[in-house]
Amino acid sequence: MSETIDLWIIIVALGVGSFGLRFAFLGLVGDRAMPEWLLRHLRYTAVAVIPALVAPLVVWPSATGGEPDATRLAAAAAAFATGYFTKNVFAAMGVGATVLVSLSLLL
Amino acid sequence: MAAGTAMSSYWRGVRDGLPFLAVVGPFAVLFGVLATEAGLAVHETMGFSIVVIAGAAQFTALQLINENAPTLVVIASALAVNLRMAMYSASITPHLGPLPLWKRAIAAYFLVDQTYAQSILDYERNPNQTLAEKYAYFLGVMTPICPPWYVFTFLGAVLGESIPPSLGLDFALPIAFLAMLGPMLRTPAHRIAALAAVVLALAFAWLPFNAGLLVAGLGGMMAGAQAETRLGIKP
Repeated sequence: MSETIDLWIIIVALGVGSFGLRFAFLGLVGDRAMPEWLLRHLRYTAVAVIPALVAPLVVWPSATGGEPDATRLAAAAAAFATGYFTKNVFAAMGVGATVLVSLSLLL
Repeated sequence: MAAGTAMSSYWRGVRDGLPFLAVVGPFAVLFGVLATEAGLAVHETMGFSIVVIAGAAQFTALQLINENAPTLVVIASALAVNLRMAMYSASITPHLGPLPLWKRAIAAYFLVDQTYAQSILDYERNPNQTLAEKYAYFLGVMTPICPPWYVFTFLGAVLGESIPPSLGLDFALPIAFLAMLGPMLRTPAHRIAALAAVVLALAFAWLPFNAGLLVAGLGGMMAGAQAETRLGIKP
C-alpha cells in the first residue's frame, strides 16, 4: 500500500517538476524581450544539448555494458554524415538504421 | 487565408514528425515492458507516460525504483535528467513566447526532445513564419510523437515479455538525433558548439545525476556564442 503511494508521489512530483522546467521560460518570459547575449547563447541550445546527450550513448552504449561497439559507431557515423551532407533527416535516419541492422546481422 | 496557412503548417509538421514514430514506438514499448517487469500495474505505467511524458527521465526513475532508492533520490535524479527541458523552453521562447498563456502551457507540456529539435530546425530554416504557423507546425510535429507515446506504452505494458528484444533497438534514439544534427550545423559557430559539447560530454560523463550533460550543454552554448561574436558570424 505505502509502495503504491510512494509510486504516485514519484509520478506526480516528476510530472509537476517536468512541466515546471518546460514552462519555466515559455510561460514566465513569454513575449518580453530577452537580452541579446542570452539570445546569442540560446541559438546554440539544440546543437549543444543534442550531441551532448548522444555522444556518451554512442561511445559507451548501455546495451553492450558500456563497451564501445563497431556496429553502433558505424551506424552513428553514417546517420550523422548523411544528415550533414544531404541536409535530409529522413535519408539520414534510413541510412543509419540500415547500417545498424545490416551490420548487426552480419557481425 | 490565415487559417489555411496554419492548417498547411500543421500538416507539414505531421509529415516532418512522422519518422519519429519509428523511434518513439519501440522506446515506449520498451518502457511499458520494463515497468511491468518492475512490478508496476498498467494504470501506474500509463500514469508515468501521461503525467511525466519524458522518456529518459522515466527510464531513470524506473531504474532507481528497481534499486529501491529513496523516493527523494528518485525524484531528484529524474528531474536532473530533465533539466535540459528548461534550456529547450528558453530556446523556443523567442518563437512561441507571444502565444496566449494557455497555448504556451500546451506547448510546454508537449515540449520533448523530438518536438523541440524538429520545430527549432524548421523555424531556423523558414524564419518568415507567422506565430500561428509556428504553433500549428509544433502541434503537427507533436501529433505523431506524443499520443503514440501513450499508446505504445500501453501496448508494452499489456503485451509485456511476449515482445522479443530485437536488434539494436536501444540505438534508435541516438540514430534519430544524429540524423537531425547534421542539417542543424549551418555555420562554423554551430559546428564549434557541437564539437565543444561532444568533448565536454565525454570528459564529464563520470559526473553523477547526469550533470555531465548540463556541463556539456552549457559549455557548448558558450562556445557557440563566443565563436559567433569573435568570428563575426551572421546567426
